[in-house]
Parts: sequence; C-alpha cells; structure tokens
Amino acid sequence: MKSKKTDGLTVFLFLLPGLLLFVGILIAPLFVSAYYSFFQWDGLGEKIYVGWGNYKTLSLFKKPDAFAFGVPAMNAAVKHVFILAGLSLVLQLPLSLGLALLLGRGIRGERFFLSVFFLPVLISTTVIGRLWQKIFASEGLVNSILTGLGILKEPLNWLAESEGNLLLIAIFIPMLWQYVGYHMLLMYAGVKSVPKELREAAKIDGATNWQVDRYVVIPSMKQVLKVSVIFAVTGSLKSYDLVAVMAPQGIKTQAAAVPSTVLHDFLSNRMKYGIGSAIAMVLIVLCFFFALLINLLFRDRDAKG
Amino acid sequence: MAKSKNLSDYQVSQSNGKVANVIIWILLSIWTLVNLYPLYWMVLFSLKNDTEVYTNKFGLPKEWAWENYKTAMRVGNIGRNYLNSIIVAFATILITLVAASMATYALTRIRWRGAGLMHKIFLLGITIPVQSSIVPIFVVLNKLKLRESYFAMILPYSAFALAMGILICAGFMTEIPKELDEAAYIDGCGRARVFFKVIVPLMKPAVATVSIYTFMQCWNELIFATIFIDKSYLFTIPVGIQQLVGTFTTSWGSVGAALTIATVPTVIAYILLSRRIQESFIAGAIKG
Repeated sequence: MKSKKTDGLTVFLFLLPGLLLFVGILIAPLFVSAYYSFFQWDGLGEKIYVGWGNYKTLSLFKKPDAFAFGVPAMNAAVKHVFILAGLSLVLQLPLSLGLALLLGRGIRGERFFLSVFFLPVLISTTVIGRLWQKIFASEGLVNSILTGLGILKEPLNWLAESEGNLLLIAIFIPMLWQYVGYHMLLMYAGVKSVPKELREAAKIDGATNWQVDRYVVIPSMKQVLKVSVIFAVTGSLKSYDLVAVMAPQGIKTQAAAVPSTVLHDFLSNRMKYGIGSAIAMVLIVLCFFFALLINLLFRDRDAKG
Repeated sequence: MAKSKNLSDYQVSQSNGKVANVIIWILLSIWTLVNLYPLYWMVLFSLKNDTEVYTNKFGLPKEWAWENYKTAMRVGNIGRNYLNSIIVAFATILITLVAASMATYALTRIRWRGAGLMHKIFLLGITIPVQSSIVPIFVVLNKLKLRESYFAMILPYSAFALAMGILICAGFMTEIPKELDEAAYIDGCGRARVFFKVIVPLMKPAVATVSIYTFMQCWNELIFATIFIDKSYLFTIPVGIQQLVGTFTTSWGSVGAALTIATVPTVIAYILLSRRIQESFIAGAIKG
C-alpha cells in the first residue's frame, strides 16, 4: 500500500524529536560519564587519564569513616542510602499496604481518605524538607510533644551534624510521610483490580476479611508490589532533595551525606568532574543492579507460586 | 495487637462489619491526622510573629501576622519563582507531548523492522537515573553558555519525561482501532495527515495524563535546577524555597508564609483534579 522508502523517512521524521532528546540527554551522557570517570579533570584544562584512580579515591572499600578530600568516603554515603532503602522496605511499604488493604475493603469515605493520603506526594519536596526542619527544630513540634509527654527530658538536637543517626531518622520520617501515599495509591489500584466475585466467593467459603487479603488479594498484587519495591529502593539510592534541604551542612560532612549530595559537592565546589562522574557511575550501577535483583526475586516467586 | 485484629475481622463476616468498620475508620482517621496536621501547623506558624512562633506553638495566633506574607513575596521573591516554574513546566510539557506522541505513532502504528526493539530502548529511559547525565550536560551547558537559561532545565526535564510520555501514549494509542487509519489511507491521506487529523484528536486523555505527570515531575525537580542554575532570577519554586532560610535567618513566620504560598495552588489544583491526578500516577507506574 505504502512504499517502503517513504515509510522509512516518515518513521525517521516522527522519531526525530524524541531521538534527539533521548540520545542527546540520556544515552550519550551515560557513556560520556563513564569516559570522564577515568580522568582527572577540572572542566577547563587538560584531562589526565587516571585509570581506576577516581574510584579508588572514593574509597568504596575502605571503612566508612575514611575521608577523601575532607568529604565522607563514598561508602559512608552508600551506607546512608542503604539505611534509607532498608527503612523504606521495613516501615514504609508495609504501612502503605496496610492502608491500601483497609481502604480496599470499601469503607465510607474511601475517596476522601485516599485523596488525603496521596496529598503529600504532590507537595514540593523542598517545602516538605523546610517544614520538617521546623518540626524537628529544638523548639519544634517533635521535641515539644516528646518532652510534653515526658518521653524526653531534654529536647533532642535532631538536625545537628554531630548526631548522624538522629539526622538520618529526621530525614527518613518526612520521606516516609511523603511517599506512603504514593505506594498506597499504587497498591490500592492493585487491590481494586481483584474481581469482586473472587472476594465474595472467598467470603462465602467462610474466609475472614483478613484471610481474603492474605490469600486472595496480596498474591494477585505481585506486579504492583514489585513496582513499589523497585521505586522504594532506587528512589532511596537516588535521594537528594530532602537531604539537600534538611541537612545542607551534611553535604560536606559525614552526617547525612548521600551519593547525590557528594556528587553535587565535587561538581560545584571542587570542580572535580572525573570524581563526580565516578560517583554517578557507582549510583547507576547500584540502581540497575537492584532493579534487576528485585525483578529476579519476584520472577522466582512467580515460578514457585 | 494481632489477636484483636483477627477478632475484629471475625466480626466482619458475622455482623456485617459494623465494629470492624469503626476500627478501620479510626485507623484511617489517625493517618489522616498525621497527614494533615503538619500542613495545618505550617499555615498556623506562617501567621505568627517572631515571638509567638516560639511561645505559642500549638494555638491560633493571638496577633495575626499577615505581614509575613508580604515579606515572603518581597524578600523571598516567590512571585518570580512561580513565574519561572510555570514557564519551565509548560515548555517541558509541550516538548514532551510533541516528542512522545510523534515517537509513539512511529513505534506503534507504522510497521517497520526494529520498531519493537526501539520501543523497548526508549522505555529503558525510565530506569536511567538523572544523576548519570549531570556531569556531561553541565560541561556542555557551560561550553554553550546556556547554563543561565530556561533551556538548562527544560531540555533535561523533557528528555527524562519522554520515556513515561511514550509509555502512556502507547497505552492509549494501541486502543485506537487500526481500521481508522486504513480508512483514512484509502481516502488518500498520508501518514502525517492521519497522525494530525485522526490520531491526535483521539489522544486527549493521554495528553491530560502525560501533562499532569510531566508537570508534577518538573514542578518539584531540584537536582538539575540547583546544580545548573546560579542566577536567582531563574530560580524555580523548589530552589527558591531551598535558599529561603539563608534569606530570613530567624523569621520562621515568613518562611512558613513562603511555604504556604508555594503549596496552596498545588492543593487547589489537586482538589479540582484529584481523580485525574491519581489516575495519571497509576498509569505511570502500573504499566511500567
């Protein structure tokens, strides 16, 4: 019907805007980053080939307290994002699943609750960071409530850089607060996609609501759960916004550095483009590794089930 | 805990769930409170003066400090940030829509060898973290002296929104019956005419979904915007907010006002479009 030649041209022209963006901004830079990561370069002068030197400088395999250039070793930053990812998996996702299952039972005000729970997702992360900075301030909401209830005698200094673990918790809580609604929404969609008949059939067979959730609903949500787990883990690895807002001093010090803030520091303050690229590469490898691993884990279970 | 939960569920099947419903309702209300109270508290302290912020933490302001909002608009320059965010968001949405819908058309409605593979490669874009592009784009923008321009944000945002745009468009486009195209070809239309006259008018729901999704991504984006942009007249809302505390060192009331100004339009848009917005996020995640 249509000649092959004109089709070739049409396909190319239709793909062109997308290809330019995709290749120019995603694909080419990925390879250029990999290339830069083997050079020492300040962005202006000569590039000096250093082999794996930049990766060694990041002291990925030294103990977490080692410093390079006065910034935390990359493994401290990696340790922090692993902690965030772990906390997400253990606290955030179960909470989201619980809320989604409760909502999915069909309760009065279902739409209202769903909409309220999703609201924080849409609020700018920097706004949330600033708000929670105030909430965790020494005279803030958390300290006032905890001292008021007698749980704490003295207000805690949550956001001080000397208190690494407290700072990390203070950053994790708004992260949880913001994204529970996101995972809840995805899971709620999964819950709602379970056919009503299936639910009712199980009920007629004498299953309690809890049993219906456990044996009918959750097993049918594998795809959604996989997406949530991947988002939670890679999202934590890539985290930047809340850390940059809540702990600006943490960028330069040990306290709450994450790979992206370390990358920002090397790029903007130290003009070390090679090391910056090496950090980006480490981050990419980690993200792909975990995305593949999670895919594999879920596939394995599919085969067994 | 676990025991009482089982008990309440047992009653569901027994008594049509009245008791269980009350318990569920209480649990959901607690989380509602956790969600809304911090936001209410933010509005509250935005209306308190510098002493009341510290002395009257929970109550309504005794003196309503509306001047905090004036300070936020003047010193924080939130108005300018808003304008920048809107310009960047709309340009990004436009570019993403054009590029994604055209690419999707070529990938799903024209038969050619490699279409399937190309489609998969585009979708890989969803998994590429933005961090991988930062250094090379930073270098190129510096060379082209484009760092202090909207393009430094618009182009990367569009590129990173593209994969999701294609994913969403493909979902809608495959629903359109192929017979429509065939009929148009028989009437003598070329590919381009079919795309603009037949496909585009039928893609309205996809346009809405892609727009909402892209808007949310770039409206809140921080990492490109802080690293690439140094000039304060180009700051978007997230960057403006990030710089705030430096600007008013102790005046938490004004910071609160700025945060509230940055949040209220989002909340209003969400109230008007909540179902649409939720569906956009579901479409973006589930099909991936």
